[in-house]
Amino acid sequence: MSKVKSLTSKDLLGLKDLSAEDLRLVFQTAESLKEVFHRPIKRVPALNGKTIFNLFYEPSTRTKSSFEMAAKMLSATTGSITTKTSSMTKGETLIDTAKNIEVMGIDAIVIRHSMAGAPQLIAKNLKASVINAGDGFNEHPTQGLLDIFTMQEKKKTVKGKTILIVGDIAHSRVARSNIWGLKKLGARVIVCGPPTLIPVGIEEMGAEVSCHLDKVIGEADFINVLRIQMERQGKGLFPSREEYTKLYGIDAARMKKAKKDVVIMHPGPINRGLELSTEVADGPYNVILDQVKNGVAIRMAVLFLLLGGKNGN
Amino acid sequence: MVEIILIKNGQVIDPASGKNGVADVLIEDGKIAKVAKNIKAQNTTVIDAKACWVLPGLIDMHTHLRDPGWPEQETIATGTRAAARGGFTSVCCMANTDPVADTASVVKYIVSKAKAEGVVNVFPIGAVTKGLKGEELAEMGRMLDEGAVAFSDDGHPIASAGVFRKALEYAGQFNVPIISHSEELGLSESGDMNEGALSTQLGLRGIPALAESEAVARDVGLAKEFGTLHVAHVSTAQSVKTIRDAKKQKVKVTCETAPHYFSLTEEAVKGYDTNAKVNPPLRTQADVEEIVAGLKDDTIDVIATDHAPHTIDEKNVEFQRAANGMIGLETAVPLCITKLIKERKMNPLKVFAKLTVNPAKILKLNKGTLAPGADADVVIIDPEAKVVIKKEDFVSASKNSPFISQKLTGKVLTTVVGGKIVFQA
Repeated sequence: MSKVKSLTSKDLLGLKDLSAEDLRLVFQTAESLKEVFHRPIKRVPALNGKTIFNLFYEPSTRTKSSFEMAAKMLSATTGSITTKTSSMTKGETLIDTAKNIEVMGIDAIVIRHSMAGAPQLIAKNLKASVINAGDGFNEHPTQGLLDIFTMQEKKKTVKGKTILIVGDIAHSRVARSNIWGLKKLGARVIVCGPPTLIPVGIEEMGAEVSCHLDKVIGEADFINVLRIQMERQGKGLFPSREEYTKLYGIDAARMKKAKKDVVIMHPGPINRGLELSTEVADGPYNVILDQVKNGVAIRMAVLFLLLGGKNGN
Repeated sequence: MVEIILIKNGQVIDPASGKNGVADVLIEDGKIAKVAKNIKAQNTTVIDAKACWVLPGLIDMHTHLRDPGWPEQETIATGTRAAARGGFTSVCCMANTDPVADTASVVKYIVSKAKAEGVVNVFPIGAVTKGLKGEELAEMGRMLDEGAVAFSDDGHPIASAGVFRKALEYAGQFNVPIISHSEELGLSESGDMNEGALSTQLGLRGIPALAESEAVARDVGLAKEFGTLHVAHVSTAQSVKTIRDAKKQKVKVTCETAPHYFSLTEEAVKGYDTNAKVNPPLRTQADVEEIVAGLKDDTIDVIATDHAPHTIDEKNVEFQRAANGMIGLETAVPLCITKLIKERKMNPLKVFAKLTVNPAKILKLNKGTLAPGADADVVIIDPEAKVVIKKEDFVSASKNSPFISQKLTGKVLTTVVGGKIVFQA
């Protein structure tokens, strides 16, 4: 990995901003870094001496630990804060917090925030690289990357394949990052969910829309099942858990209408028995644990491409 | 001291009389003495206005001066100076101050502070309901006695149609309009920008156009039966159409839009620019086209700034957390000239009627004309001057403008209030 291209931007804010070439570069890099997993000593010195800070304003187990593992396997030094957005109203501004972290000698800040555009705000104000680990309903670029990376691993390419994203599209940054990335790589994307959870104008991002899961499930090569938040029910966006499961839940009976080699994905954490039945979640179609594993490789690739080979390294 | 000012050789545009021609304007004793060619006068301050427009001083019927309440955002002192720099000789300040302008004493405070510290005329708009809560009517009669000119809960829609009806009925006895902030909160919820493909792409919560136009339809419906309505900050195509139809049915309704609704679209929000966050939100090109059509056919009577000062701290945060609103007093003239007169070929008489005589009529202000005997509120504008909007040039205490760095045409050179020069570029 001595002579590699790097991402042109200082930050990774969203797949919206990346070219197909950028995406392929991340995938190639992830592929070669994945090899580290199989070494007896799971660590390479690629980011030795670099510092990476996780700044999480929303609870996260998977993404945060995945970034942390990725950084450590590349020999970077890491730090982290998890805090609640609500306490910010009386406290320090986001820019101040980020600047305070930066002056501790941090090269990259990985941020998760409940509000769209928060990573952009600190990226504009810092010299350090900013990596978006999920901002509001906007983007979750590393999740999008690891989803597509996993799809490619299973079916070689996503070009010409149909990806069905099922669930709460309106409030999903995972759906948006998937759509941006997949469309750049020539895939067909169908989003499916209750009309109240389909955002206005999603077609302009290149996605097709359906509210009838049984009509479209047979077309899918991949089904990306989104987590449904029960708080949306409280806001009147769907009537009940039972009705959601009946109309949009993926279970064994519904899977009979799907292609035999369909691949089931889920960004986690799964609500078993709500959007995904246990039978399907643990069944032969699922690649959910591959996604988690690939997540570390993708985050290693992103960190390496943003931080490696810079500063004369 | 009796000051005499003679403005020579300007293109005098007086929408109240429909006159538009080269003439001199003589000001004596704080009044317009004479408008004619080749006026001779002695011991006068002479202003050469060759190639410039000489207009009645502009009236902004929708300003937030933040006084009392938030001196870090604006005060009567800073806000009226911003108005003067923008060519406005009268501003009507909204009631959402702290304390709310819902009593005679707060209105009295504003009027007396404006006399002491202001450089342009200040006409308070009182609250419709106590505390802007949309429940009990505020003491309109007593506020009128202290100088209020209309009533509005601007910033807060009056959710109850019953309360809105009573407000229209009650204000009717005083022959003043209710100015509505027409918004259906059940549709706008806690949105951040216009709802559409772009809000979906940015992951921001959308405010549908219907949140405004449905509320406008309700308010116009109530006005048809119960009183006189002025709709504030119209931003959507459907609102314009609804008001156009209502006017055909002789409903007593007038309305305003703000320069940002014909100058910008939701695209300005891209990159999460919080200076472009405003309520109602910036809309689409189709909405801009209908706003311009409404200005051309006089469905839209007034251009008002909705000048809404906010500090850097309120804007330099996450988009969702940022305050709504933008300053507008100091950019209105170049925006009207650039976007309406130059780009849309609108007649200056028509455009400036919406900034002078029209708001004067709606609010029954004895202002907005260059007729002899009128108060000498005058503005001189260079309609061809190229300007670049710069943050450091704003005299408003706040700098939250989405127009910073824009190149526009048209510049206010001199503002005269009651025969006194209050601003000179």
